[in-house]
Amino acid sequence: MKWPAADFTQVPFAVHVDPALFEEEQQRIFRGPTWNYLGLEAEVPNPGDFVTSYVGLTPVVLNRGKDGALYAFVNRCAHRGAQVVRQKRGHCANHTCIYHQWSYDLTGNLIGVPYRRGINGNGGYPADFKNEEHALERLRVESYQGVVFGTFARDMPSLVDYMGEPVRRRFDALCGRPIRVVGYQRQSIRGNWKLYVENLKDCYHGALLHAFNSKFGMFRTSQRGSTAMAQNGLHCVLTTYGKKDEKMGTTYAGVGTYKPQFQLEAPEVVEYFEEHADGMVSTVLSMFPTFVLAQIANHLGFRHIIPKSVDEFELAWINFVYADDSQDRLRRRRMQGNLLGPGGYLSMEDAEALEIAHATIQSQQGRGHAFVQMGGRELGDQQHLVTEVPIRTFWKGYCDLMGMEVAR
Amino acid sequence: MSPERVVELNYRYAECLDSNRLAEWPEFFTEDCRYLIHPRENLDAGLEGYWLYFENRRMLRDRVVSLLEVNIYQIHYERRFVSNVMLTGRDGDAWLARANYMLATTDSEGHSKIFSVGEYRDRVVETDGVLRFRERQVIADTFTVPSHLSMPI
Repeated sequence: MKWPAADFTQVPFAVHVDPALFEEEQQRIFRGPTWNYLGLEAEVPNPGDFVTSYVGLTPVVLNRGKDGALYAFVNRCAHRGAQVVRQKRGHCANHTCIYHQWSYDLTGNLIGVPYRRGINGNGGYPADFKNEEHALERLRVESYQGVVFGTFARDMPSLVDYMGEPVRRRFDALCGRPIRVVGYQRQSIRGNWKLYVENLKDCYHGALLHAFNSKFGMFRTSQRGSTAMAQNGLHCVLTTYGKKDEKMGTTYAGVGTYKPQFQLEAPEVVEYFEEHADGMVSTVLSMFPTFVLAQIANHLGFRHIIPKSVDEFELAWINFVYADDSQDRLRRRRMQGNLLGPGGYLSMEDAEALEIAHATIQSQQGRGHAFVQMGGRELGDQQHLVTEVPIRTFWKGYCDLMGMEVAR
Repeated sequence: MSPERVVELNYRYAECLDSNRLAEWPEFFTEDCRYLIHPRENLDAGLEGYWLYFENRRMLRDRVVSLLEVNIYQIHYERRFVSNVMLTGRDGDAWLARANYMLATTDSEGHSKIFSVGEYRDRVVETDGVLRFRERQVIADTFTVPSHLSMPI
């Protein structure tokens, strides 16, 4: 595949449906120089606590070791390849594969195999069998503000260096004090995982596709906002500031989805309290490849994009509150939970839009390209949201990482 | 209270939504009702994480109006299959009941699939001879939503 234009205003549709490219992404991205979301320290507070997840297609386990440190490894037995940990989360002293009871400690080291010396002189392993040659495949693990990432690339820069300044600042602002997970929400979307990455960097679809937005103004194109990118455009932070816009009706007068007549009988769903001294109302941080941290009004959550095939991904929402939230704040966050997730007032449209896009791209076998020139043709940060610049900048970073040839 | 009356309430609820008479849906609830959809993963982990959490009938009416006039979602038909309806107890003036559900959807090209299976856990009260839900907890075993959730379950 060759990229059509050096200004990245054209995105070849094939990038979403080419099975060979999907295979290459597993190597170059998910097993390459990236930090991938594994879970939260709050999910594994004690030694022996574990959660399972995925890095790309690869199933992984994150757990806390007896020494209190975090360890992660591929969830595939070194013996015959069975999944070692079968529960989504839990607690154990070590991990034993059900198939032939190969047993691993919390760092992924093999600590026991049955019949090692055989039975009554029969069978057993050859004399040169060594446990240490059969550990589970490990990832390097680092966490920042309680959010845990892993990488297969041994020579990666630190997680904080990989994040870059704008991403790190959002982690500080949203995760800088103890959090508590309030629940998981999952949806399975028939589309390529990068369609959702694009969606997260698409500043101006929010008020058009999600009509609830234009009415209640959680995220509006006319608000004071900013885009900030890092890691060669692969990460992006979108932010809006300020209170409800008095001129909203004027702003949306020409927009077909604006419904001025729609009023809520129970407005507590959209009543939010100010939480940030700088006036930040909403922020969506997408950290390459598949991690999201977002605050929409007072709704707090991580999202994890889990590719399942070239044509499907799972979107996992991990919603949280602060450990010291008052009852009133907890109630407001619970109410605003109706805004986000698979059936949220502000979010349900994304899956539909992505699925109808993916289906037509598939039907045309990836021919043609998307047109992304909103906000011009340049790359780099902009101080407004009427732009597709984060999408263009993302694809440049993607091409660099994938070694994609780009037309001059 | 006879079990048959609770079965009939469940059937009428299913028939209303299957027939796309969404505007009538809040009428199955009391004004002080609670309606929530709780994915099984969170229930089993002792977590909230509701897909939807409504604590009065006004919030149900808002959902209806938003679905009818504001939100955009997959064009589809729905068909609910309710079984194993049981009266399980009494709490004050409310009858406790439970049922299994299966919700199948059919898309605009005529393809059907199971969208959700799970359980209803209900508190049913009678006013003026009419049975209504004071509470309906939908426990969704299908805790990964196929695509997205729009209509009530």
